[in-house]
Amino acid sequence: MNLEKVVFAFFIVLALTMNFGFFVGEMNDPLHHNVYELYAAIVVNLIATVLKFGDRTHIGAVLLATSLVADLHLIAAAVAWGIGLYVLDMGNDVLGIVVSLSAGALLANITSVVLLVVETMSLRK
Amino acid sequence: MTKVTSLILRRMRIPLLVLIASYSISILGFVMIPGIDENGQRWHMTFFDSIYFVSYMATTIGFGELPQPFSAAQRMWATVTIYLSVISWLYAIGSLFALLQDPAFKRIVGFTRFTREVKNIREPFYLICGMGDAGHLVIRELAAHHIRSVIIDRDDSKIQSLRLEELPTHVPGLSADVTDTSTLLAGGLQKPECQGVIAMTGIDQINMTIAISSKLLVPQLPVICRAETHDSQANIASFGTDYIVNPYDSFAKRFAMMFQSPSMYLVYEWMTSIHEAPLCEFAAPPRGMWILCGYGRFGKAVQKSLSFKGIQTIIIEADTTRTGAPEGTIEGRGTEAITLHEAGIEQAVGIIAGTDDDANNLSIIMTAVDINENLFTVARQNLSTNDTLFAAAGINITMQPGKLTGQRVVDLITTPLLADFLRMARDQTEDWANILVSRVVGVLTDKPPESWVMTISHQETPAIVELLNRGAGITLGNLLTDPRDITVALPCIAFYIKHSNNNEQLLPDNDLHLQIGDQLLFCGQEEAETHMRWGATNLHALNYIYSGYDLPSGALWRWIDERRSRPAT
Repeated sequence: MNLEKVVFAFFIVLALTMNFGFFVGEMNDPLHHNVYELYAAIVVNLIATVLKFGDRTHIGAVLLATSLVADLHLIAAAVAWGIGLYVLDMGNDVLGIVVSLSAGALLANITSVVLLVVETMSLRK
Repeated sequence: MTKVTSLILRRMRIPLLVLIASYSISILGFVMIPGIDENGQRWHMTFFDSIYFVSYMATTIGFGELPQPFSAAQRMWATVTIYLSVISWLYAIGSLFALLQDPAFKRIVGFTRFTREVKNIREPFYLICGMGDAGHLVIRELAAHHIRSVIIDRDDSKIQSLRLEELPTHVPGLSADVTDTSTLLAGGLQKPECQGVIAMTGIDQINMTIAISSKLLVPQLPVICRAETHDSQANIASFGTDYIVNPYDSFAKRFAMMFQSPSMYLVYEWMTSIHEAPLCEFAAPPRGMWILCGYGRFGKAVQKSLSFKGIQTIIIEADTTRTGAPEGTIEGRGTEAITLHEAGIEQAVGIIAGTDDDANNLSIIMTAVDINENLFTVARQNLSTNDTLFAAAGINITMQPGKLTGQRVVDLITTPLLADFLRMARDQTEDWANILVSRVVGVLTDKPPESWVMTISHQETPAIVELLNRGAGITLGNLLTDPRDITVALPCIAFYIKHSNNNEQLLPDNDLHLQIGDQLLFCGQEEAETHMRWGATNLHALNYIYSGYDLPSGALWRWIDERRSRPAT
């Protein structure tokens, strides 16, 4: 068992689960979408991205790309939330945009985990 | 991703993680810790407030407590986060600077930049290995001729000094081990634009490695190699190295030539002296007994050449067994009067200081001249930095191995016809050389002669090719006529012609008919080249030379015609 691999996989999977946790629920219901969960998802995603830095293999490059896509979506979701709430005074209507943006990040994170699994499988064989 | 960015990302992984962690902990803390407003109500920062506060706090900008004054708990947390964030920023920036200053990282950056620069070269270029005196001279001369080059040397300080030099063209430089083939490949060995490899490090073994690598990887690429011993010279020649330059042999042959045929020597000097070298005034060395100090590579070559010309030499050498000095050698360094007396300095006509130590050489010359002031002095100067010292010592002939090598290489590249000419000239008599020298001196003013090569081709001489295609017979005499006044001949002499079928001729006659593909070597005043090239490229000018009359084809042309027909000043 390699500790580096554990940490690596931990953060990638955690990024997905956090992301999913925020996403799941009724689209416009503020009770289903917790701001702390989005915050945690962003932080974990950033950590996962940095962990993927510096890998020069092809699969490493694709992994980094998926993480960057997820970061982009989640940060866009957070910025949209802030603007909607404090600048445009949209109230809970902004939640639709935030959740759909996080859905995009969710797809990217799923790709990331699939790639991780594929890579692990090919190593075993 | 390039190696450099990937390396930065990999090395910055931990500092970035630390930054993310410290930021996220700080932000989360401010969101969760309650504040108390004026009315005693609990309030919580939103994520937006918290990110805003941490952003300006962590970067030490400090706008104050926003959106409203903090509670004691918030202030405690702020104290913690100030240290946390400042330390993590210092750590991140510190690691970045440490990485940028890392010699290994710098080497990779240098290598990457060099590879990119070489990759972007679209013109013909030469790959030069070794930047001693010789390499330096070659770079400068090639740049002056607008020929691009790429330099690799083991010594980083030399490559750095190259950056500070103002050269007319950019010369990419890399400090790396030249014996590593990947270095040569990065230097563009396999690029189609590469015209040749020049191995000029001070060590024969390294030069040989470069020559072998290049001949194996790109067999048709010309290789010019420096060699200082006959052993390695034979070895290098064995695998088809195109040109081998041995500075000691070259000098010894040239030196011997001064005794036998001073005029021939002068012709050689003129043709091979580097760009704008001063007109060589030389006194022929006297025949008689010579003293040779130092029997190394230099001494051996000189001694061999001199004995070939029947000149007696007495050798002084400190280490007679190691150098294999012949019988009758006097043991000593030659720097002290006693050894020189023993060698018979009073009867000698000349002294050659040929050790590999400049200070010793100067000392030998000065001691010797003290005893016998009529001596003809020859000294070997190993380092170009000692130029002023050797000039001040008033030595008759100074030999610089690096300079000599560089000069030979530059000649090989810029005027390849020169080698052919010199080869043919070597077989001529001294009388022939005397006549040649007097002819050249006749066309010169006070500046040294310049030599140049002209090829009759569409690119170089479009006017001549045009007239030849029309069926006109252009002679060498036409080319040697001043296009401003056809009654005047240009102040230069055609030394050598090589036809496209490889037939060659020394000093061709003026009525020789030029053909496409002819290569000509000229020597004369520098201005003559400009006028000659004008005549060869400008159809009107050439037509005027050819027919003696230029048809004015308009007011403008009439005006130019009037100007042109004025006698040359």
